[in-house]
Amino acid sequence: MSGAPLIMDFAVTPESHRLAAYRARGGYQTLAKALAMGPQDITREVGDSGLLGHGGAAFPVGRKWSVIKLHDGQPHYLCANADEGEPGTFKDRWILENAPHRLLESMLIAAYALQVRHCFVYIRGEFDLPYQRLQDAVEEAYEAGLFGTGILGSEFACDIVIYRGAGSYVCGEASGLITSIEGKKGYPRNRPPRLTVKGLYQLPTVINNVESLANIAGIVRDGAKAYRAIGTSRSPGTQLVSISGHIARPGVYELAYGTPLMPFLFETCGGMVGGKRLKGLIPGGISTKVLTAPDLEGVTYDHASLLAAGSSLGSGGMIAIAEGTCMVRLLQVMLRFWHHESCGQCTPCREGMGWMHRIIDRIVAGKGQAGDLERLIAIANANDGTTICGMGDAAGYATIGFLDKFRDEFEHYLAHGRSLCDGVLDVTGGWDA
Amino acid sequence: MSVVVGLIPEFEGWKRRFPPGTEGSLVLPCLRRIQEARGFVADEDIAALTEYLGVPRMQIEQVLSYYSQYRREPIGRWHLQVCHNVSCSMRGAERALDHLRSRLGIEPGQTTPDGRYTLSTVECLGSCGTAPVVMVNDSYHESMTRSKLDRLLDELT
Repeated sequence: MSGAPLIMDFAVTPESHRLAAYRARGGYQTLAKALAMGPQDITREVGDSGLLGHGGAAFPVGRKWSVIKLHDGQPHYLCANADEGEPGTFKDRWILENAPHRLLESMLIAAYALQVRHCFVYIRGEFDLPYQRLQDAVEEAYEAGLFGTGILGSEFACDIVIYRGAGSYVCGEASGLITSIEGKKGYPRNRPPRLTVKGLYQLPTVINNVESLANIAGIVRDGAKAYRAIGTSRSPGTQLVSISGHIARPGVYELAYGTPLMPFLFETCGGMVGGKRLKGLIPGGISTKVLTAPDLEGVTYDHASLLAAGSSLGSGGMIAIAEGTCMVRLLQVMLRFWHHESCGQCTPCREGMGWMHRIIDRIVAGKGQAGDLERLIAIANANDGTTICGMGDAAGYATIGFLDKFRDEFEHYLAHGRSLCDGVLDVTGGWDA
Repeated sequence: MSVVVGLIPEFEGWKRRFPPGTEGSLVLPCLRRIQEARGFVADEDIAALTEYLGVPRMQIEQVLSYYSQYRREPIGRWHLQVCHNVSCSMRGAERALDHLRSRLGIEPGQTTPDGRYTLSTVECLGSCGTAPVVMVNDSYHESMTRSKLDRLLDELT
């Protein structure tokens, strides 16, 4: 790990998620400091830090916050997006399970800066332990007078609701999330108006990823300059990277932006299981374009470098794919997922995901038709920019990425009705261990 | 009879932390709690919740059909959900699913005749680094192998 860890900066023990342990690490002292500052000064500090959104879009957090007009006479809302559902991503879960109070302290500071009376954490319905840990932390914080009215003897009042989803990938999209908190099916909404203008209950709302928010306490404690000293000039700070697939040591790692990627994969994470060669890397959740080993030469882990390599940093969820893996069947798994999760609101996505899923199914069944690869690309392109949210676009880019980088495998499957790699997805043999 | 009446004191407690006048937001949490109490959401629960929250019945019906975790029918005592998304498939999820199919004698979406087990497939559970994962009722069982899954099944009686 290079650079100071900002989030994973303590030893995890059976008690380290509790309030007492967090206080022993200096927890909630930054809240006291923040309450002595002006709300605008906090937003300015966050803006100066250059903190980028950690959920996938990398939008500057300070710029989002600055849209909120203080003293406009209407309530504002703050929501933490804990609907972590992008396949390959499990980093926010680390924060929810191990550092729930860091998230809560950061949210209190953000709520004070944005003059928010009611905060929400929208957490995916399947997360049971993360929910229990977070809800327990909320109750501890209420008992300690950190939520409610007269927080730390000030006039600041804030309540928080941990809102559980019920199984919907699209609710991780900010406007779908809001519709879900309103108690409806989670359809995304057209923008404009932006959610910072008309969001939850039609009022100005800031939605930030869990990890983005968790960084707030540290930024206010140490200052924007200290945050900028880590990472690169265009991507300050660190990212929690969750890595899975055929990697020898999967898990969550905190990387300073700018860390060389290949040494991370092959030294820190021990390379591929069984010393196999790297065939491909999905760098930021399955909605980001797959890269091959040659693409990764010289790449550093930051937004600009991954963009230059032809993909993006996304949600920090890496999936390492070893030699011997059938990329056609892997794309089949991905298309099945997108078809399952399309919310059905927009025609290009609702129909397109189904068509792509059926085409890949027939290719895998050995019944592919001439022109099927071109059909997949045409449907993927038809989604681009024609839907309310970005799910269909992203599914299209990722599909084109697979066809682009591994074209020969797809052509072989189509021509011969069978896989070049025997249809294998698991090359680790771990199931029989 | 609806289970809603007995849960109203609990629902009233939740309201205190929501902004005033946002009762509609309680649809999802109330349905989850109803399902915990009964095992699924029955017609009479929908009627009672419609009345209690004062929201259109259609809103509740839409929520029930939109989200994958709500059930309108009872299921087995043990609900085994196998993640078969990318990272789990790369670590043996398909073989875990085949193993459960043959041991339980049912396909995904089915319940054993004795009402003990229901088998489902599920998309990414955020357990990719400890794949493959099988969710049993509310709990994750991670880094599954054939022998771990066999031991788990033996404990679920």
